[in-house]
Amino acid sequence: MKQPVETQQQSGTASENFIEIRGLTFHRGERVIFDNIDLNIPRGKVVGIMGPSGTGKTTLLRLIGRQLRPDAGEVIVDGHNMGQLSRDELFSVRRKMGMLFQSGALFTDLTVYENVAFPLRIHTRLPEAMIRDIVLMKLQAVGLRGARNLMPSELSGGMSRRVALARAVALDPEMIMYDEPFVGQDPIAMGMLVQLIRRLNEAMGITSIVVSHDLHETASISDYLYLIADGKVIGQGEPEEMLQSDDPRVKQFMQGLSDGPVPFHFPAKDYRQDMLGGDAGGIGL
Amino acid sequence: MLKPMLDRLQQVGHSGLGFVQAIGRSGLFMVQAIFGRPAAGGGGYGLLIKQLYAVGVLSLVIITVSGLFIGMVLGLQGYNILVRYGSEEAVGQMVALSLVRELGPVVTALLFAGRAGSALTAEIGLMKATEQLSSLEMIGVDPLKRIIAPRFWAGFISMPLLTLIFTMVGILGGAMVSVDWLGVYEGSFWSSMKDSVDFVSDVGDGIIKSLVFGAVVTWISVFQGYDATPTSEGISRATTRTVVYSSLAVLGLDFVLTAVMFGD
Repeated sequence: MKQPVETQQQSGTASENFIEIRGLTFHRGERVIFDNIDLNIPRGKVVGIMGPSGTGKTTLLRLIGRQLRPDAGEVIVDGHNMGQLSRDELFSVRRKMGMLFQSGALFTDLTVYENVAFPLRIHTRLPEAMIRDIVLMKLQAVGLRGARNLMPSELSGGMSRRVALARAVALDPEMIMYDEPFVGQDPIAMGMLVQLIRRLNEAMGITSIVVSHDLHETASISDYLYLIADGKVIGQGEPEEMLQSDDPRVKQFMQGLSDGPVPFHFPAKDYRQDMLGGDAGGIGL
Repeated sequence: MLKPMLDRLQQVGHSGLGFVQAIGRSGLFMVQAIFGRPAAGGGGYGLLIKQLYAVGVLSLVIITVSGLFIGMVLGLQGYNILVRYGSEEAVGQMVALSLVRELGPVVTALLFAGRAGSALTAEIGLMKATEQLSSLEMIGVDPLKRIIAPRFWAGFISMPLLTLIFTMVGILGGAMVSVDWLGVYEGSFWSSMKDSVDFVSDVGDGIIKSLVFGAVVTWISVFQGYDATPTSEGISRATTRTVVYSSLAVLGLDFVLTAVMFGD
């Protein structure tokens, strides 16, 4: 019987893995977010990172981009140890990465067109006509070519995220990190996004990290899945392996069962005691 | 018995450390922003001009209107006092010296903190809350160069210009009330002003003050925005802190600078 909960590292050299995370530990105040975890993101693959909400999936992406620094351990991106880069080196490594933020994070003072053109204008000296062609192609890919003159405030959340995706791929990065790309998308846009992420990966060999708790979409596009809970990697493997896993924690998450070893509740004291205790527990408005 | 005292002591130490850390953070932050001239980080001087408009030009209305009223009040009060001693001609000198040396730089800086400083803090804080600063970083653009540096320089350049405008409008307001309304002889109004105001020691020192205030107020504003907790409450607190800290810093520094400049 296969044991998906393995602590050993995948065999692989630095060149096979775009990202290697070793012994990563991170705290927020007293809370342990990651406790000595190891992850590998193989080059040219789509890797899904799943887990219950609040397990620090977004934090993981920020640690990879060194917007946060780990308390211990190291993050190696394409051979660069992110902890040891100077500010200028860091910004040049970041140019290889695209990131799709959960909120979209469009620049609110620029139109949709200018948002997508922004990385091109910053990092290239392309003539205006070529910038226009690239921007329109990227917007066409996300179905929003017609919305190019709108301001971000005129877009819905799902549309913003699609524009943000067009912006993230504008420079054809070597890796893209998607933070919850499927939240708030209607079924048509969802299908399109799933295809787009897969197509970007297949056509251009972009390494992709998809952070999500949308089980089916993530499982359908990922080559490899990591399941994170309680600051640990509790399961990893190809999607089929994970779906058929016997590990109770993996099974609970993959099948969406409320009852199981992974707690649904945020850590708290006993319910009965809490209700009878009369302690307001610091709720003050 | 001992424990509460130790706890208290620990709290004092903790907040002391926090304070020193904040100073260090803001110092490093400013060094990086100042050396990240607007030209670096892409975008060039267009960004600076956009900020000069937002920070400087849009502050013109409040600056001119306030300058006018303050000059008028000075003219009125000055006349009422001086006329008792029969020396109402000196009202021009009084209006000009008080505006050039003190009221011009200080009131402009206070108004600037309320009008432009709070706007800078709120704008940068919201950029942080909506992850725009993070996405700039991930695109490979340093927000200190792209966002902070042009805003800082815009404030630093605008403040002395706004101060000069404030002072000029104030003097005109004073002349309007004392000469046109209260009937002070125009020739002595202007000549007493011309005799007593020295360009280097009065106007020059006023400009030095306004440069210092410009740097300090804009520094506080952009740092508070950048360091804000990215929630609605955090941004509202940061905006309040900008106005409070800037006002206190301006008034405190004004005393120090005045003591150095005019103290002997």
